[in-house]
Amino acid sequence: MSGEVQAAAVLGELAESEARDPGRRTPRRRRVGLGDWLLPAYTIIAFVFLLIPIVYTFVFSFNDSLKSNISWRGFTFDKWLNVCNVEGGAVCQAFGNSIVIGVAATVIATTLGTMIALALVRYRFRARSAISLLLFLPMATPEVVLGAGLAAQFLAVGVPKDMTTIILAHTMFCISFVVVTVKARISSLDPALEEAGRDLYGSPAQVFWRVTFPLLTPGILAAALLSFALSFDDFIITNFNSGSVSTFPKYVYISASRGIPAEANVIASAVFMFALVLVIAAQVSRTARAKRLAKLG
Amino acid sequence: MAFAAFATAEAQTQAPKRKSRIALFLLLPGIAYLVLFFLAPLISLLLTSLQAPREFGDIGQFDYAFNWQNYTAVIQGYLPHILRSFGYALASTVLALIISYPLAYFIGVKARRRPMLQGLMLVLVIAPFFISFLLRTLAWKQLLSDESFVITSLKALSLMAPDAHFTGTPFAVIFGLTYNFIPFMTLPLYTTLERLDTRFLEAGSDLYASPFTVFRKVTIPLSMPGIVAGTLLTFIPAAGDYINASRDFLGGTETQMMGNVIEANFLVLLNYPAAAALSIILMAVILVLVGVYVKRSGTEELL
Repeated sequence: MSGEVQAAAVLGELAESEARDPGRRTPRRRRVGLGDWLLPAYTIIAFVFLLIPIVYTFVFSFNDSLKSNISWRGFTFDKWLNVCNVEGGAVCQAFGNSIVIGVAATVIATTLGTMIALALVRYRFRARSAISLLLFLPMATPEVVLGAGLAAQFLAVGVPKDMTTIILAHTMFCISFVVVTVKARISSLDPALEEAGRDLYGSPAQVFWRVTFPLLTPGILAAALLSFALSFDDFIITNFNSGSVSTFPKYVYISASRGIPAEANVIASAVFMFALVLVIAAQVSRTARAKRLAKLG
Repeated sequence: MAFAAFATAEAQTQAPKRKSRIALFLLLPGIAYLVLFFLAPLISLLLTSLQAPREFGDIGQFDYAFNWQNYTAVIQGYLPHILRSFGYALASTVLALIISYPLAYFIGVKARRRPMLQGLMLVLVIAPFFISFLLRTLAWKQLLSDESFVITSLKALSLMAPDAHFTGTPFAVIFGLTYNFIPFMTLPLYTTLERLDTRFLEAGSDLYASPFTVFRKVTIPLSMPGIVAGTLLTFIPAAGDYINASRDFLGGTETQMMGNVIEANFLVLLNYPAAAALSIILMAVILVLVGVYVKRSGTEELL
C-alpha cells in the first residue's frame, strides 16, 4: 500500500521534472490543474458550509434567551452554569436517559457484534452468505421501517414501551456496524503473532486473551464509540419505541414546535467538544505512532 | 435454531469438531438477537399491514386478516408522499455526490503526503455527527427563516421575491437532506479515492488525454465502489427521513414525505395497518432499487 503510494509519488516527480526540462522531449504545457487553487478553495468553502450549523448551535448556547432561543438577546454564561435549572431539569433528565441507553446498547451490541465478527473471519460454515445478508439488511433498511417494525412487534406481543424497549431497539441497529468495524480489524491482523503464541505452548484461551484480544482492542473501541454515537443521536427508531420516556433527541423534537431552550444547545455543544477532543487525540496519537514506526522501519 | 445444522466446519479447514462448536457459540447470541429484533419485527410489520379493523372496536384495534386492500388504499391516499420521498432522496443524493466528490478527492488524493492535514480534514468531515442531527437541522431553519439575515439580504438584493419563503418549500427539504448526508457520501468516497493509484492518472495524461477525459475514463471508474456505497448510504436514509420534511423543521404541509405519514399513522392516528403497509412499500422499493443499482454498477462484492 505505502509502497504503491511512494512509487506513484516518485513517478509523479519524474513526470514533473520532465515537464520542466523541455529540451529532452516535445515540450508539453505544464497544465494548471484544478487542484492547484480551485480545489483547496472549494474544500475550505465546503468545510465552512459543513460547520455553519455547529457554530450557530454553539454561539446560541451563550444567548441570554427567554423560553425559546431564536433571536440574539445578549451574551451570558448563565445557561452553561445552570443547565439543569430549566423546566425542572427536563433537558438533563433526557440527556441522562440518552447516556444510560447509549452505554447499555453499546455494551450489548459490541459484545455480540465482536463475537460474530470473530466467527465470520476465523471459521468456515455454510450459512455464511445468509448470515452476511442478515447483517447487511439492517444497514440497508430505512430507520422508519426498523422503528415501525419493532413497535409493531412490541404491540403484537404486548410489551409496554419504556427504557428497555429503547435499549433493545438501539442494540439491534448497532450490531451490524460493530461487525463491520471489528471484522476489518481482525482481517488485518498478522496471523504470525498468534502462531508464535501457539508455538510457545499457549493454550487457545491464553493465545486469545493474551495475543488476539489486545490486538483487537483498537477495533473494538472504535466499534463501541461508533455504537454509542449512533445510539446517542438516534431519533427516528427511538420515537417509535420510547413511549413516554424522553431522550435528548426526542426532547429536542418535542420542543421544536414551541422553541428549544438554550440549555439544549449547551448540552449539544458540550458533547460536541468532548467528542472532538477524543477524536483529535486518537488521530494525533495514531499519526505519531505511524511516524515512530516509519522511523524504526 | 435452523442455522445450527449449517454451522459445521468445511472439510478444507480440517477443523476439529470442537471448533464448529466455538463458531456456533460465537454466532448464536448475536444472530438470535437479530432474528428476534430485526427479522421477526419485519414479519410482524408484514402481518400488521394486512390487518383489518376490529368490528365494533375502538380506534387502534385491529385483527389479523388478509386485508390486502390496505396497500391499494395507502397507494391511492399517499401517492404524492411516496413520489416525493423518492424524488427528494434522489435529488439530495445527486447534490451530495456533486458536493462531496471534489472534497473527498482533495482529502484522499491531494492531501496524501500530509497525513496530519488529512487526519484533521477527516475529523472536520465527521464533526457534524458529534452534534445532534435535530439541532443541526433546526440551526438551518433559523439561519434560513424569513427574518434571517440571509433571506432578508437576498430579498433586499431582489434575488428573491419579497413574499417568497425558503423554509417550508421542497428546496429547503432537499437542502436539509443534502446537508445532513454529505458526511455519509464523503467518507466512502474518501476511502476509495485514498487508495486510487495515481500512476493510472499519469498514464492517462501521458497518452494525451485531456484532464477531463482522464477524470471521466479513469478516476470515475476507479472510484465506483465509493460512489455506489456513498449514494446508497445517502439515498436509503434520505428516502425514509421525516425530520427535514417535518413542519417544525425545514418542511411544510406540501413537503410531507413517507416517513411523516408513517409516523403520523402509527403514533398519532393509531392506524397501524396503514403505517405498516407504507413501511413495507418503502422497504420493498428500496430493496429493488438497491438490487438493480448494485447489479448495474457491477459492484456486487460490496454486499
